[in-house]
Amino acid sequence: MAKTNMKITASKVKQNNPVAGIVAIILALLVISPLLYCLMASFLTEKQIFAKQLFPSSFYTGNYVAALQQAPLFTFIRNSVIVAGTCTFLQLFTGSLAGYAFGCLKFKGQNGIFRVFLATMMIPGNAIIISNYLTVSSWGLIKANTLWVLIVPYMTSAFCVFNMRQAYKSLPTELLEAADIDGCNSFQTFYRVAMPLTLPALGAAGIQTFLSVWNQYLWPLLTTNTVECRTVQLGIGMLQNADGQAFGTIMAGTTVVMIPSLLVFVLGQKTLISGLTAGAVKG
Amino acid sequence: MTTKLPQQTVQKKGFTFRDLTPYLYIVPSLALFILFVFYPFVKTIYLSLSSTDLNGNATGFVGFANYITAFQDKTMWTALWVTIKYALMVVAGSIVMGTICAILANESFKGRGLVRTVYAMPMAISSACIAVIATFILNPTMGILNQILGTQIKWLKGINTALPSVAVVTIWMNIGMNYLFVIAALQSVDISLYEAGSIEGVNFFQKHWYITIPSISPTLFFLLIINVINSFQAYAQIRLMTQGGPGKFTTTLVYMIYRETFENMRYASGATMSVILFVILFILTAIQFKVEKKVTY
Repeated sequence: MAKTNMKITASKVKQNNPVAGIVAIILALLVISPLLYCLMASFLTEKQIFAKQLFPSSFYTGNYVAALQQAPLFTFIRNSVIVAGTCTFLQLFTGSLAGYAFGCLKFKGQNGIFRVFLATMMIPGNAIIISNYLTVSSWGLIKANTLWVLIVPYMTSAFCVFNMRQAYKSLPTELLEAADIDGCNSFQTFYRVAMPLTLPALGAAGIQTFLSVWNQYLWPLLTTNTVECRTVQLGIGMLQNADGQAFGTIMAGTTVVMIPSLLVFVLGQKTLISGLTAGAVKG
Repeated sequence: MTTKLPQQTVQKKGFTFRDLTPYLYIVPSLALFILFVFYPFVKTIYLSLSSTDLNGNATGFVGFANYITAFQDKTMWTALWVTIKYALMVVAGSIVMGTICAILANESFKGRGLVRTVYAMPMAISSACIAVIATFILNPTMGILNQILGTQIKWLKGINTALPSVAVVTIWMNIGMNYLFVIAALQSVDISLYEAGSIEGVNFFQKHWYITIPSISPTLFFLLIINVINSFQAYAQIRLMTQGGPGKFTTTLVYMIYRETFENMRYASGATMSVILFVILFILTAIQFKVEKKVTY
């Protein structure tokens, strides 16, 4: 702890570096330029886009109206929020349970089972997508036309288990022993004492999980067949397919679709970064 | 850990419910992993050794016939080569960009907070969104890139420009994650090394090349693995930007797997290529770990 504090003060003392600052800002503008371009184009009329105008001269909302008419964007957003939210909650839940067992408890086969968990990271998701598709299809989940098909395969992840294990490992053992002596049973110790202390890790892992589920493309593409069940990422493709030349409409739709995940990111940024720094590979 | 010893001797009395509880915590995840990772993994191998009907049911054992067909198939090798070229561009670009962003954002200057937010922002943008925006930017007639350059290049239709275009978009997508990991690692670089460096009179570039990069090499190595695995699995941006074209110039292995399986309904062939994908990634990761052990930091 003392060491980290020292480092923070050391970096605070760091001298101002305006040259690096200028380069950094130019680079930042470059990074954000596609998003700004999208936002600006979404307010341009078709004529203006064809005339290669860059900055909107008026607050033209026709593209947004058209985008919402062509695709039920709010339905897509709702679906994506439900799916990403549920998956995040469940992954944190299953991840916390397993993370607690691996981080705070001792049992036979612990290391072996943990390795089995980690091994799942070695199996690329796209290499098993065919079989998973056949599985959910055989359960009738695809025909059932439900959002569950998007949730069921993503209710746990090695990523969450691993991150939560790191968080639980860093808890002082005295604390858990004290809870034990106070008469807490194992589960009470877990959710009354240990879990609340892992909130920063839960936050960080939760944001990353939410964003990664939100951004899924191939699985929803394979398993959803109706407009009511489609997610935002597929919705974007729908706009593009409807009229690939209606760039104003497409950019307006894209802007709408980017807002929720950007919101999660901006609000959760601090948690995300602090969680990542805490669990970072040493070095 | 040693403090736990007395407890263990007490527990040796007999097998109680208490001994079982740790397993209860693991069961949900383990069950889900078995159902949605290990079982499909075994099933994919099984399908790759079988012939399949149009619904993906195995209709008979064919041994390695599917593999022989796959290896004799020129398009598979083309797809593999495309994937490797794509991965090389994406992995190198992502790590370099992430590191540059992180080193810059770690300096102190006005507006740093905002710059840091922007660098991490691509994380929050889905591949579908950025792919659609990029398609507009790269549009030959209306896109801004050709306007700036004063050219008429058909970026996504040219055999030499299509793959690099998709790669650049993917690099953009990866900046956020790479930047975050590197900047986290920068916080733990030993400050005394920099002090020693400034006494020696090293400049900005020497400082980061000789001190920062070696110090954060474990993180860079971790990013190497993650980026390789991710780039081999890219799908959305390829589908939305080029559909694998022109010709087969942007058809990667994953894109080909998708086509074989869900457009041509050749499940066995798709499963075979999935196993090949897994083996390639497994070997690459294993090599990386071997190399990492040799490189000291």
